Amino acid sequence: GVSGSLQHELCSADGSAARQGDEREEGLRETAMYGCGFSANDELKEMLESNKESLKLEAMKRIIGLIAKGKNASELFPAVVKNVANKNIELKKLVYVYLVRYAEEQQDLALLSISTFQRALKDPNQLIRASALRVLSSIRVPIIVPIMMLAIKESASDMSPYVRKTSAHAIQKLYSLDPEQREHLIEVIEKLLKDKSTLVAGSVVMAFEEVCPDRIDLIHKNYRKLCNLLVDVEEWGQVVIISMLTRYARTQFTSPWQEGVSFDENNEKAFYDSDSEEKRDETETKPYMMDPDHRLLLRNTKPLLQSRNTAVVMAVAQLYWHLAPTHEVSAVTKSLVRLLRSHREVQYVVLQNIATMSIQRKGMFEPYMKSFYVRSTDPTHIKTLKLEILTNLANEANISTILREFQTYVKSQDKAFAAATIQAIGRCATNISEVTDTCLNGLVLLLSNRDETVVAESVVVIKKLLQTQPTQHSEIIKHMAKLFDKITVAMARASILWLIGEYCERVPKIAPDVLRKMAKSFTSEEDIVKLQIVNLAAKLYLTNSKQTKLLTQYILNLGKYDQNYDIRDRTRFIRQLIVPNEKSGALSKYARRILLAPKPAPLLQSAFKDRDRYQLGTLSHSLNLKASGYQELSDWPAVAPDQSVRNVEVIEPVNEWVPTVGKSKPAKSAKSEDKFYSDSEGEQVDRKGSKNSSSSSNDSSSSSSSSSSSSSSEAVSEPLALTPGPEAGFMTSHPSSLQVTVQPFGPVKSHELLHHMSGKGLSARYHFPRQPFLYQPSMVQLQITLTNASDQPLEGIHLGEHSPASLTLHRFSPVERLEPQASVTVSMGIDFNDSTQAANFQLCTKEAEFSVSIQPAVGELLLPASLTQADFEKEQGKLLGMNETSATITMAEGHCSSAVLNKQVRSMANLGEVITGHNNTHRFAGRTVSSGALVLVTVEKREAADATITVNTDKSVMASMLLRDLKQALASA
Amino acid sequence: MIHSLFLINHSGDIFLEKHWKSVIGRSVCDYFFEAKEKAAEPEDVPPVLQTPHHYLISIYRDRLFFLSVIQTEAPPLFVIEFLHRVVETFQDYFGECSETVIKDNVVTVYELLEEMLDNGFPLATESNILKEMIRPPTILRTMVNTLTGTSNFEERLPSGQLSTIPWRRSGVKYTNNEAYFDVIEEIDAIVDKSGTTVCAEIQGVIEACVKLTGMPDLTLSFMNPRLLDDVSFHPCVRFKRWEAERVLSFIPPDGNFTLMSYHVNAQNLVAIPVYVKQNISFFESGSGGRLDLTAGPKQTMGKTVEGLVITVHMPKAVLSASLTATQGSYTYDPATKVLVWDIGRLNPQKLPNLRGSLSLQAGAPKPEDNPSINIALKIQQLAISGLKVNRLDMYGEKYKPFKGVKYVTKAGKFQRPACVAISHFST
Repeated sequence: GVSGSLQHELCSADGSAARQGDEREEGLRETAMYGCGFSANDELKEMLESNKESLKLEAMKRIIGLIAKGKNASELFPAVVKNVANKNIELKKLVYVYLVRYAEEQQDLALLSISTFQRALKDPNQLIRASALRVLSSIRVPIIVPIMMLAIKESASDMSPYVRKTSAHAIQKLYSLDPEQREHLIEVIEKLLKDKSTLVAGSVVMAFEEVCPDRIDLIHKNYRKLCNLLVDVEEWGQVVIISMLTRYARTQFTSPWQEGVSFDENNEKAFYDSDSEEKRDETETKPYMMDPDHRLLLRNTKPLLQSRNTAVVMAVAQLYWHLAPTHEVSAVTKSLVRLLRSHREVQYVVLQNIATMSIQRKGMFEPYMKSFYVRSTDPTHIKTLKLEILTNLANEANISTILREFQTYVKSQDKAFAAATIQAIGRCATNISEVTDTCLNGLVLLLSNRDETVVAESVVVIKKLLQTQPTQHSEIIKHMAKLFDKITVAMARASILWLIGEYCERVPKIAPDVLRKMAKSFTSEEDIVKLQIVNLAAKLYLTNSKQTKLLTQYILNLGKYDQNYDIRDRTRFIRQLIVPNEKSGALSKYARRILLAPKPAPLLQSAFKDRDRYQLGTLSHSLNLKASGYQELSDWPAVAPDQSVRNVEVIEPVNEWVPTVGKSKPAKSAKSEDKFYSDSEGEQVDRKGSKNSSSSSNDSSSSSSSSSSSSSSEAVSEPLALTPGPEAGFMTSHPSSLQVTVQPFGPVKSHELLHHMSGKGLSARYHFPRQPFLYQPSMVQLQITLTNASDQPLEGIHLGEHSPASLTLHRFSPVERLEPQASVTVSMGIDFNDSTQAANFQLCTKEAEFSVSIQPAVGELLLPASLTQADFEKEQGKLLGMNETSATITMAEGHCSSAVLNKQVRSMANLGEVITGHNNTHRFAGRTVSSGALVLVTVEKREAADATITVNTDKSVMASMLLRDLKQALASA
Repeated sequence: MIHSLFLINHSGDIFLEKHWKSVIGRSVCDYFFEAKEKAAEPEDVPPVLQTPHHYLISIYRDRLFFLSVIQTEAPPLFVIEFLHRVVETFQDYFGECSETVIKDNVVTVYELLEEMLDNGFPLATESNILKEMIRPPTILRTMVNTLTGTSNFEERLPSGQLSTIPWRRSGVKYTNNEAYFDVIEEIDAIVDKSGTTVCAEIQGVIEACVKLTGMPDLTLSFMNPRLLDDVSFHPCVRFKRWEAERVLSFIPPDGNFTLMSYHVNAQNLVAIPVYVKQNISFFESGSGGRLDLTAGPKQTMGKTVEGLVITVHMPKAVLSASLTATQGSYTYDPATKVLVWDIGRLNPQKLPNLRGSLSLQAGAPKPEDNPSINIALKIQQLAISGLKVNRLDMYGEKYKPFKGVKYVTKAGKFQRPACVAISHFST
């Protein structure tokens, strides 16, 4: 109606704007609107085949609507697939969606589209490459397996991490299409595992888990890198990596849970100290020492407990549960309790896991007991789980509080929950002997409750309790016998009958009377009750045959003709057993011993007992059964496998670079290494090398590599200075053949660090000498000139505390004495981690401390690189798209000449000039100091004083800042 | 990981399905429907179910079931968290998440789902990134689209910073640069009949609305960070700096996001802003009862209590209520047995009172349950924990942004059964 006419108007408006003479389309659209004439599919086909994009799009949207509703739209395949190469991005996207959905059913036609994707795989835009790979790998047509394989291999070496991530996803798709490709795919996985991008890490580990979870060996070399990258990986990847690393750790490290050895957090430090180490050896035969890699994992996952993503928090919690020394596990409690404020479904899963944990470790959750109190709005499954946990947490100290809480639950209007509470009270009563009588009395009181389910459940629980408490309880049995007539729930009736039968000698008067009543009502009872009547009769016959013989025979006769064969069986068996005749033989002599044998008490235990045989947080744990694809968590190895497998090879361990300044004591360092790694000499070198590479190659989390670097003696004496040993080679940290050139460029600008007025006579200025820092290539070198402007000598000038704590810096060696008016220049290194965030530290003298701060200009975070023009262009080609930023400026008058321009750029940023043939294009290249990422700058002069500045680098923040600074430097007068 | 997704409405119709791997027939949902039949309320359906060949993990939100099918071991929380993220994305895009809205925007929904998972593994779940690829519909754009035949799809491919900062797009530009932070706190308290606080805890979140040009790097510090007992962060926050210095250092996403949530364990320190005197009794005869409620201010630190709403969960037997309120209005829903008394602003000079009689179902026994009481309120410009933002600094960009911090509001749910009166305050 109204909308139709509106549409019509819109159409005509549209039509008039479009070219003349498409009346046919107009007509088509009409029919499309009103849905008459053609069959729906014919109409869509015509729309798809029209040459108007809006019609095609409209058709595709409707087709997507059909797919979403689960309707079959496969008939349209030929018409849709024709549009696969359409330029309109949305249309194309929708065609992709369709294609992926139906390719399996229309394999031959689907092949028509393949060449389009093969072409798109070569597109310069990374997003197009990625989406082509995504669709290509989602087409489940076996014939294109080789094409997919090739595409995956190529994309795995793509320079865009986003494309590489997509290729990791494609691995899994291909594997599920053709498992025979496994070996080839493992090769790709191996390659991608080496990838340093945080974007790729999660996806490739996911592929690893699906394709080759058994190939633990592929992880060794990447273990430390994964640990260090973890905090920067996207949330979903974190979950997968943490879960995989948990499994890995259980195969590679020894158990931290050894009995009698209390792991001391400080002995990480202690075992670098040879003295304490020796003492340890004397006193304990086999001291437990945590592998530093084990510690690395624990340390690097812990901050993730603060993640907003509940799955990440749970992943860390389970990691701690399965890997951490016992006393450290409670670190996760608070975070798990926090998850209980999340969505209902999250609560459900978290409570299941807490239920398992709380059986073994009450102490972990006891302080948070109130968090498990049931709210009336909780759904039943949450209530039950909370009840379970409260029961697990009950001990002598808190039982009265818990029982008081339980009393309110019993009154709940949710009767199933009230019944579960009674069960829980029963469990508390058996577990804590102090309260058994209190609980029993409480339960007996419940027998007069108005609600039948409550009464029935109480009977059942009392029955179990009486069995575990074989003392005098005839009063309770008598009480129950009196209530018997009022109780209608079969299970409860059966339980009372069993109790009377079992303890019939304690209630000799009541028992036969109950049997008499039962004989009357036998036929109308439920089966479960009938069985107990037969049992009761048999037991009474054996103990009190005088009063009950006839009754028993009567009941046995009723049972003989019962409709239920179980009851007939039981009756026949009992008759043979208790009534002696010639056929019954030897067995009836033992009837009394068989029927009235003391019975073992039922165990009242948690349904979550031993659930931690499944890795916590898994689906298998939630369901309490092994889900398909579940990977077992292995037991700790008795002896740790070779630790050196995790060392990463470094080509040039530059040992000869012994420090000239600083506090490092190489002799002692070697000694402690000896103690620590007690392996061959050669391996030691390896190990050292790996440390350097792991700490320098990883730009995102320099501080997290502290565990490995802390093994150098320097860290022991000065735990804050997380400087790895001086043997790192700055050449080796850049895998590419493009080397950083040392090409310092003046003029050197010096900045004030501390004014002598605020420094009580000490003044300090600093400048960037623009040289690579020898001791640690990822650090920016700084020279500080200290001047004593006072008339007293200054003593003990050194670096104090610094912040942020994650900051890595190399201290200058302390200046012991500075005479009045004298000055001295010291050099230090700071790892700015490729950011311009200020480094704050204390400059201290013997008497005073001064807070100072250095905020580097972005240009100082670079080191020049020498490239040929060809190399430059090649590298620039890899850093297009989002890795490119540019701006056009009008240059200040004096800056147009090549020499001046060159000077301006290079004084602003520490870049090397690339010699080019053009007069109008200037190129500069450098690498970031911390991570070694290439930074390429092009200044292209246009007409008049206009110029375009282009920065190519994958450090986007740096790029924008650098561009801004360059603009200023060149535009300013 | 996630194989398929089915969206199911309240009455059990599947109105949308999406498969990320091969197609799984709808019949798999039958196992779910079976469980749904058994459950008394939709909330009672177990979130994790097992069928002979598949596993079903579902969430129930906004009266819709989001049912995912998985075939092999996968952490259930991973799936649950993702499903909630889907709902939040829909809410973000369409303003709400309902069957109608999803059906009306089915193409956008499909595009979103396609973008959010690849082969069942999450690909892009950050709303910033998604919005760069798929524009959210607006009324204006819908009009334009209808007129021009174009769509809500970006014309050109995004140049987003996929590699470095996954939650922030590049090239953000504003003429007015602003950063607002709302500190929102809620108190959960259990108060016994005499008005004594049995236990109290404060939940807080910092909601941010950041509209800043370029790549700003922000640092937010607190006057009293020690108050915070337990925190969780948006991924943009640098964990290490928080650990070392107790400051929030982050490159913010563009637009609205939750920067952090926190918990303050305050035990006795919490000043409960209002009190409620309640007297609800039922006659022994079982024919009815009386109700008398009075609310009054307690410790409001000179601020006005607004939006005061008192909710009483009556026992099942209460048929109707005939009451008089001196201020505001009340409703009693005989189906849910919930009495809501909407008071509004609390005037300390004239305390609001609600009293009258309750009638019970004929023949019903005297109710055992003492009704639990739920209180919601608002106090502007007050964070009850006393948390104060110290300063906000920006690095990386030169302009001067406009900064603002508000301490505010919001209501939630909290209650407990039984003998004590439970109150939930939000300030």
